[in-house]
Amino acid sequence: MTELPRDSVGLVTPQTAHFDDPLDLACGRTLPAYDLVYETYGTLNAEGTNAVLICHALSGHHHAAGYHAQDDRKPGWWDAHIGPGKSIDTDRFFVISLNNLGGCHGSTGPTSANPETDTAWGPDFPMMTVIDWVHSQARLADRLGIARFAAVVGGSLGGMQALQWSLTYPERVAHAAVIAATPKLSAQNIAFNEVARQAIRSDPEFFEGHYAEHDALPRRGLKLARMVGHITYLSEDAMGSKFGRDLRSDDFNFGYDVEFQVESYLRYQGDAFSTSFDANTYLLMTKALDYFDPAAAHGGDLAAALAPAECPFLVVSFTSDWRFPPSRSKELANALVRAGKAVSYANIDSPHGHDAFLLPEPRYQAVFAAFMERVARDQGLEDRS
Amino acid sequence: MMRADLQRIHDWVPQGARVLDLGCGDGTLLAALAESKNVTGYGLEIDPEGITACLARGVNVIEQNLDAGLANFEDDACDLVVMTQALQALRRPDRMLDEMLRVAGECIITFPNFAYWRHRAYLGLRGYMPVSKSLPHAWYDTPNIHLSTFNDFEQLCRDKGLVIVDRAVGVGSRGGNWASRHWPNLFGEIAIFRVTRR
Repeated sequence: MTELPRDSVGLVTPQTAHFDDPLDLACGRTLPAYDLVYETYGTLNAEGTNAVLICHALSGHHHAAGYHAQDDRKPGWWDAHIGPGKSIDTDRFFVISLNNLGGCHGSTGPTSANPETDTAWGPDFPMMTVIDWVHSQARLADRLGIARFAAVVGGSLGGMQALQWSLTYPERVAHAAVIAATPKLSAQNIAFNEVARQAIRSDPEFFEGHYAEHDALPRRGLKLARMVGHITYLSEDAMGSKFGRDLRSDDFNFGYDVEFQVESYLRYQGDAFSTSFDANTYLLMTKALDYFDPAAAHGGDLAAALAPAECPFLVVSFTSDWRFPPSRSKELANALVRAGKAVSYANIDSPHGHDAFLLPEPRYQAVFAAFMERVARDQGLEDRS
Repeated sequence: MMRADLQRIHDWVPQGARVLDLGCGDGTLLAALAESKNVTGYGLEIDPEGITACLARGVNVIEQNLDAGLANFEDDACDLVVMTQALQALRRPDRMLDEMLRVAGECIITFPNFAYWRHRAYLGLRGYMPVSKSLPHAWYDTPNIHLSTFNDFEQLCRDKGLVIVDRAVGVGSRGGNWASRHWPNLFGEIAIFRVTRR
């Protein structure tokens, strides 16, 4: 690409913040020191009232918008919604997007060196939970001089972080957008995660997570995990219209090589992922999903769990999402109503399944932009459009 | 400038009430009530443009089909339930009335009065299904599947043992005149009822 799109935040450079304060984790262990890699888009105003935190999903990272190099093929993962004039308008908002702890894109995680042993943490990296991420994100906010976010926003696992923020640091969140998320995983969700984990852990190249020391990579396991995950991200209709029963060649080969286009697609996705993502990180992220359940500490009463929240919420679901279907977002919205919180809920008609939260869709954009418009007004940000 | 029925409701709502607005449209009423009467609450709507308008206004709006009921709201969850110009489009207006008075002790309902003299003339003299400002649709594409009259609604309230605290009419964009106050079933274009449990 020679020229970047006009509505892009343009070229961005990741930054690293190092923290020496030990971080106590939900699992009972302590992370003695850590790095967080992050990007920012837009400018923090003098009052510090226009900051928006973006929380990423299972396989996401800090690169949410813009380009790292002039010839990048693709922009950041949420570029459809972050940029000048987009839903999260970088002409108004100062946007922070980070790679979570335990990740494999630069923040401290299983591939980082354990200061006590000087070798990579690998499977010994402590188990992370959504609440740990929220605490680490709060420290990054402190570092950047942000006392209170205008909004904390996320899709899927990112939405769970936005929700957790409103409960853990209610005084630091002015608005929260929880998109394509769920207040807790269902048995079926956990079952799919477990299949993914077993695929990785049963790969002979996994070595109980110590594959780096054996100069190995559990590629086949990670590929399978991604293939299974990918099926849950798309809807039956989306797969049907994209691939149908199309064959790669004219006729059946009566063999086990790739015949149907959907097989080819899944293998391609799995292969690409298996060399770019860390298996221990994948395991850890799926566990963080499984553990998330703010209602558990309140005897399963979600409305009681939501009592500390002070901010207005936007809850969004997508009609064809069967991973975290509309009923789960509705459950969250209803619990917020029961708890007497300010909440709006929209169910967006989309054929794209769970992945819809990443894509541009006119009604989704209208809803998101309208909410952010309200955020800007509540924060007293002047209209610069 | 608010629609006549919305202005009337606005005047009836007490300060600081918790209000549920069924079929809240673009959130005009809830936004005005929040501004002038410190009202809190939620609007329910299914129209995408209405929902977006509510979001931009900062009105809490829940995407929800009224025909599915109000099961997500607890008994006495709010002080007042409002429904303007939606009753006639529901599958079971009688059941919705029960639901409204389960969720709150009081409700305000407005609907087009089918017995309005212009409607009667349209049907009685011309022999066509009435089309008017308050009934803007043709018979084949109207969402209004349960049209009723001022008298019909009073009858339903009596049958259910509900108390009509107040009633009013709207004509055109104005409130009622002396004729519509005396003969609301004939001269009221929009029926406005304020109903409580006994």
